Amino acid sequence: MSDVLLEAKNITMQFGGLKAVDSLAFQVKKGQLAGLIGPNGAGKTTVFNMLTGVYQPTSGAVFLEDKSLQGLKPYEISHRGVTRTFQNIRLFKGLSVLDNVLIAGHQHMHYGLFAALLQTPHFLKSEKDLRDKAMELLKIFHLDEKAHEPSSSLPYGEQRKLEIVRALATDPKIILLDEPAAGMNHSETHHLMETIAKIREQFKLTVLLIEHDMKLVMGICENIIVLDHGIKIEEGDPQKIQGSQKVIEAYLGVEEGL
Amino acid sequence: MKFLKAPLLSLIALSALGLIFNFGLNAYFQLILLFAAVNCLMSMSLNLVNGYTGQFSLGHAGFMALGAYFSAYANTHWDLLPESVQAIEYFIYALGGGLLAAFAGLLVGLPSLRLKGDYLAIVTLGFGEIIRVALLNMDFLGGPRGYSGIPGFGSFLFSFIFASVWLVICFFTIWRVMHSTYGRSFLSVREDEIAAEAMGINTTRMKVRAFVLSSFFAGVAGSLFAHFTNFINPSSFTFLQSVNAVIMVVLGGMGSMTGSIVAAIFITALPEALRPLQDLTGVDLRMVIYSLSLILVMILRPQGLFGDLELSDMWRKYVRRSS
Repeated sequence: MSDVLLEAKNITMQFGGLKAVDSLAFQVKKGQLAGLIGPNGAGKTTVFNMLTGVYQPTSGAVFLEDKSLQGLKPYEISHRGVTRTFQNIRLFKGLSVLDNVLIAGHQHMHYGLFAALLQTPHFLKSEKDLRDKAMELLKIFHLDEKAHEPSSSLPYGEQRKLEIVRALATDPKIILLDEPAAGMNHSETHHLMETIAKIREQFKLTVLLIEHDMKLVMGICENIIVLDHGIKIEEGDPQKIQGSQKVIEAYLGVEEGL
Repeated sequence: MKFLKAPLLSLIALSALGLIFNFGLNAYFQLILLFAAVNCLMSMSLNLVNGYTGQFSLGHAGFMALGAYFSAYANTHWDLLPESVQAIEYFIYALGGGLLAAFAGLLVGLPSLRLKGDYLAIVTLGFGEIIRVALLNMDFLGGPRGYSGIPGFGSFLFSFIFASVWLVICFFTIWRVMHSTYGRSFLSVREDEIAAEAMGINTTRMKVRAFVLSSFFAGVAGSLFAHFTNFINPSSFTFLQSVNAVIMVVLGGMGSMTGSIVAAIFITALPEALRPLQDLTGVDLRMVIYSLSLILVMILRPQGLFGDLELSDMWRKYVRRSS
């Protein structure tokens, strides 16, 4: 088997007359920490939405372990092992911190409605195991003491963390992080970098992240894909990206009339 | 048989209450109590869709009508069991009425719940009216004249115990579903459908499940209603009846079973409690006061009487505060 986990084969997303993403191709290898960067409006979140089935690519397809994800609904893709966080936090605000995590475990619950009604031993055990696992996850992120608080009462940084915990509770193969450091200060970002590195190690995860914070991206990503106007303009390790003329032009513009 | 302990205890407690009411109240109050029980079933079941799952159904009376007419027809035309175990036959027909309503719920829910937004409200509204108009035109079900001569229990005590059995079944079914992974999935649909999908929840299927379960108990409520009144006609199941169910859910608090029960009793009792006022003043102010009190509650407690809290949550809070 190849060591490619997630592969986008020439995916294109067209909204009416606008090509948000234009035949983009890239691979994410198993265990890799990859970054997707680009100026505002480059189409990064659109790529995430295609990878997770929120949008169906106009053409091209996404492959997970060489199996096509074409036509699958977001929940089916989640069952295959692709999970994500959201740029604008989308927690289940009215529910407790613990419930947020438990819901993500739904796909691993295998009892029927009647087992719940009759409170069978299988039901009770599944629920207890799920709860224990969720609390363990929360503990890693130091959220266990707030497990029973409403998730909307958490401070911003912890809400972002909770989104990651929730995503991890689906037991994914790859986690897509959409601007995990948005709105965080330096020390929070630094802390987040450590956390991301830690969960990758601990859960043997593959990570693909969108980020504007260059320090974070250059600090932890092994492979970086640069998008501009829906087209991949560069790909490579941090050194290569930092030295690339094309990337500098995309971010800062071209010097005119010398 | 541990799972039967709490339901059985509640059933015994309710039956004991019924025994007290049987001797302590006159027939008028007893009938109001039975209607309150029917309304409790309606509000608890609708709460599952409108409160927990965050959808908006406006056709609960339609499902109630299906259950009511099924039971009425079955009880007058079929003879399943001997006279001595009549109650079991009633139970089976109530179950049948519920299943018929659940099947209708599946047919209505499958196409309309695939869509996001308020389409369900429009579709269920239409469904309720279709059922009502169809019943008006079905001669073998009495048409506009209604269906009379539906056998009942004869005594208040038996009626009340029969209602209690279904109340207990309904309450514990919904309670246990809500405390399982299915219930949490319903809540996640209400909170954020896109996030729920991304976390691996088939939101359409969850919505349909909640809707079908809700329809089932509305059908059962209809069946009970038919037995208690011995007479039903299509105008028992108008749009107003559906709205009434929504009012109970909103008044009690979306997503609180305690709230649904309290509001159902309150809404059933209030118009009756205001009756003496009419004798006193000579003017019928009932509906004026009824609507004013609803408006007041919504101004003072927009989240409903109980918000999304249950009695058990409030007890836990009280214990924590006092310790």
